[in-house]
Amino acid sequence: MCHYGGGVTARRRVDPDFLGLPRRELADAALSAATAAGASYADLRIQRITTEIVQLRDGELETSVITREVGLAVRVIVDGTWGFASHAELDPTVAAETARRAVRVATTLSPLNAERIELAPEPVYTDLTWVSDYLVDPFDVPAADKIAVLNEYSGRLLAADGVDHVSAVLQAVKEQSFYADTFGSSTTQQRVRLQPTFDAVAVDAAAGTFETMRTLAPPTARGWEYVAGDEVWDWSGELAELPSLLAEKTKAPSVVAGPTDLVIDPTNLWLTIHESIGHATEYDRAIGYEAAYAGTSFATPDKLGVMKYGSPVMNVTADRTVDFGLATIGFDDEGVRAQKWDLVRDGVFVGYQLDRVFAPRLGEARSNGCSYADSPHHVPIQRMANVSLQPAQDDTTTEDLIAKVEDGVYVVGDKSWSIDMQRYNFQFTGQRFFRIRDGRLDGQLRDVAYQAVTTDFWGAMEAVGGPSTWRLGGAFNCGKAQPGQVAAVSHGCPSALFRGINVLNTREESGRQE
Amino acid sequence: MISASDVAGLVLVEASRRGGADETIVVVTDRATASLRWAGNSMTTNGETRGRDTTVISIVRRGNGAHVGSVKSSEVDPSAIPGLVAASQDAARSAPEARDAAPILSGDEVPYDWDEPVPETATDVFAGVAKSLAKGFRGADQLYGFARHELDTTFVATSTGLRRRFTQPTGSVEVNAKRGGASAWVGVGTPDFVDVPTDSMLEELSTRLGWAERTVELPAGRYETLMPPSTVADIMIYLGWTMDGRGAQEGRTALSAPGGTRVGEKLGDLGLTLYSDPTAAGLECAPFVAATSSSERMSVFDNGLDVERVDWIRDGTINALAYPRAAAAEFDVPVAIPADNMLMTGGWASLSDMIRRTERGLLLTTLWYIREVDPTVLLLTGLTRDGVYLVEDGQVTGAVNNFRFNESPLDLLRRATEAGVSEVTLPREWGDWATRAKMPSLRIPDFHMSSVSQAQ
Repeated sequence: MCHYGGGVTARRRVDPDFLGLPRRELADAALSAATAAGASYADLRIQRITTEIVQLRDGELETSVITREVGLAVRVIVDGTWGFASHAELDPTVAAETARRAVRVATTLSPLNAERIELAPEPVYTDLTWVSDYLVDPFDVPAADKIAVLNEYSGRLLAADGVDHVSAVLQAVKEQSFYADTFGSSTTQQRVRLQPTFDAVAVDAAAGTFETMRTLAPPTARGWEYVAGDEVWDWSGELAELPSLLAEKTKAPSVVAGPTDLVIDPTNLWLTIHESIGHATEYDRAIGYEAAYAGTSFATPDKLGVMKYGSPVMNVTADRTVDFGLATIGFDDEGVRAQKWDLVRDGVFVGYQLDRVFAPRLGEARSNGCSYADSPHHVPIQRMANVSLQPAQDDTTTEDLIAKVEDGVYVVGDKSWSIDMQRYNFQFTGQRFFRIRDGRLDGQLRDVAYQAVTTDFWGAMEAVGGPSTWRLGGAFNCGKAQPGQVAAVSHGCPSALFRGINVLNTREESGRQE
Repeated sequence: MISASDVAGLVLVEASRRGGADETIVVVTDRATASLRWAGNSMTTNGETRGRDTTVISIVRRGNGAHVGSVKSSEVDPSAIPGLVAASQDAARSAPEARDAAPILSGDEVPYDWDEPVPETATDVFAGVAKSLAKGFRGADQLYGFARHELDTTFVATSTGLRRRFTQPTGSVEVNAKRGGASAWVGVGTPDFVDVPTDSMLEELSTRLGWAERTVELPAGRYETLMPPSTVADIMIYLGWTMDGRGAQEGRTALSAPGGTRVGEKLGDLGLTLYSDPTAAGLECAPFVAATSSSERMSVFDNGLDVERVDWIRDGTINALAYPRAAAAEFDVPVAIPADNMLMTGGWASLSDMIRRTERGLLLTTLWYIREVDPTVLLLTGLTRDGVYLVEDGQVTGAVNNFRFNESPLDLLRRATEAGVSEVTLPREWGDWATRAKMPSLRIPDFHMSSVSQAQ
């Protein structure tokens, strides 16, 4: 299944000052200089990324900084070898010289290149514009107003019994880009995203220990409307219940380690999807491009269409068009239109994430649009689409899943994560763990981690919740590549029931016996 | 592009002209980078970049309080400067009081090289590495890896006359080799790419892949384990990142103790000293603060302040936590600013001597995907990577499967029974941010391998 999406939304327009940059002049200068210097292909990317970080500790301002990164990048192919160069100065003369530097890089390194670069064809898109769907540009909101909201939310938590400290962090990003290539495509895009988090700490000073609990609100590609008020996210409800949940957690019994039935909430499961499916189905990893750094994947091309990834209720899609997805875009950084496709169907591994170089190597006629660079000073690489587990057709609720468990744990919220370099062995913790007894929740547990091998874990997924349980979680800063790049990506999923997953007691893991 | 020192001057003039702040700090960093990346014996993505970050920090004083606005931009057109200064001053005027307020530093000396051009780099710096790699690419093993060279020249200027400049060279070469199902890794840090021993790195990889011709499957459990310097660096760097004084004082880190902090607590009997030092030979780093935003470890008010050696652990006892000036005054403790390197003293034995004195144990190569599991005791999880070897009767006798571990740096220091000679090393996991490290190998009698990883 392949769906071509990524339409233009009408709520916002690209900021006039970005449209006022000399985009055409820079493209003409760079692409013509590259071609004249011997490149068979070239693309130019102008990128402006504005980032704001605000951090309050116990309601007091610790950090407030706005960063604006602007620059141009030229990527060329010379005799089948990549060359790349970038510069901060948006000047046609500099753009042309940068293009010639990129050609020199390619020419110098061509003798060491054994794999000739070929790009998958893509329709030419001339002068198209795409803007993500948001109401209030977070950068139209003064920092003082953002600080005031964070301070007010922090105050609600600090006013509650048992909360000794609160850390509030807001990250806001606006990405604007212009892309042009020697095939004739040119696109201009703008999108925003936000990540607000509140972390409450309860300290037992006499014992010299503490416990923490964080809000569950995920990062999202929405505007300021997400943070201010309860219309999009129920901040009032979440902030009101967090102190009592934290207090209960501090007194909760320690978990008994061993094979355990788990009902995993979408607020936790998104991260397991990210690590064990999202990264594992990246084609560049599967063929070794990340072998020295981020790692490879057990899901190698010989297993495509054959390998049982999980149980028959497992259906996973990659989607760069989903509403409010952090990896949602109109066109990728190689001018490929955003798409949606299957990675796992009925438990079988059926798809990869690709860019224009890797599509032909896999024998695909077209890239599925996963190229992205996080900075004008970084080379675009294959990055993750929004990878999501699909819900059941019927309306199975989380309570229905819990009712199927005699003795188990309900896991809510993400915290610690780690997975090996071939995406086999993983270990996750969470924010809240509720004991399930005879199909009902029976108070919290603490010191819980779950550890599994990817295909065993997904093979143990007995049931998934219905559409009403489906939520979009996500990561703001997923790392990959050298030089290191970060990317934001969302993962949707329903609640899901897993049988016999190995649960660890982290207190015992640390060697403490008390 | 006008020079960075000119940018600093123009920012201060514009700030004075606008008059919207009582004090101004400008931090300009010019960055030149070059990188090579290869996979499967072929180059993949390579490039050169030129960039500049200009940060304008405006401070508005009201009574005893101070209000800060910090705005950073990579725009290089001088016409962007007035807008940058205006945004910074506007942010300061509307900001709540900063908790880290302190007087900013002043000065009257201009460094001799203030107006000198900044150094640059290009892919030709890798000529020696590329020559050796070309030979390696023709060999039987599959090579993967990355080489980078970065030159960051930072200028700090204040409206009170302080001027400081420093060029930070950062470089590294990492090579991963695969033969059949075996994988090995070596890496070195280098400031200048002079005498990078790429040929001997390739020989070392071949030796390690040879060790893996015999493989041994071992279950999870506790093993006597030799941690080479790279693995110790990754673990100690994480420990260093958690040594914030405020968090410990407030009872919310693993360095908290009943009624205070763990400063003064003894960790083991080996007498190890963990420290950062901007003057450490071969690992030199910025000798002054250049902070574009405040955190629990750094304060914009401290910009230009000398960074001194700090012994975080001295002779096996926790000795210091990180405090900017304002936090140090609040908690009545010494100022302690972490430099951009991490070193630990050790013993006299080489790693090969330690192997020779091992009856049965594991020899690690690198650690990967290290994450915090339990902040109360700094329990970390992670994986072994690219080579776990079985040592029997003083010799490496084969390669072992990888493991997931759950361990705390504090506990490892408590339990270590031997430290080898301290060597300059490249941390594998944190090498993106921390390339300057000198660490000993450690012998841990009971390293906790929580489960087996199938990854190779």
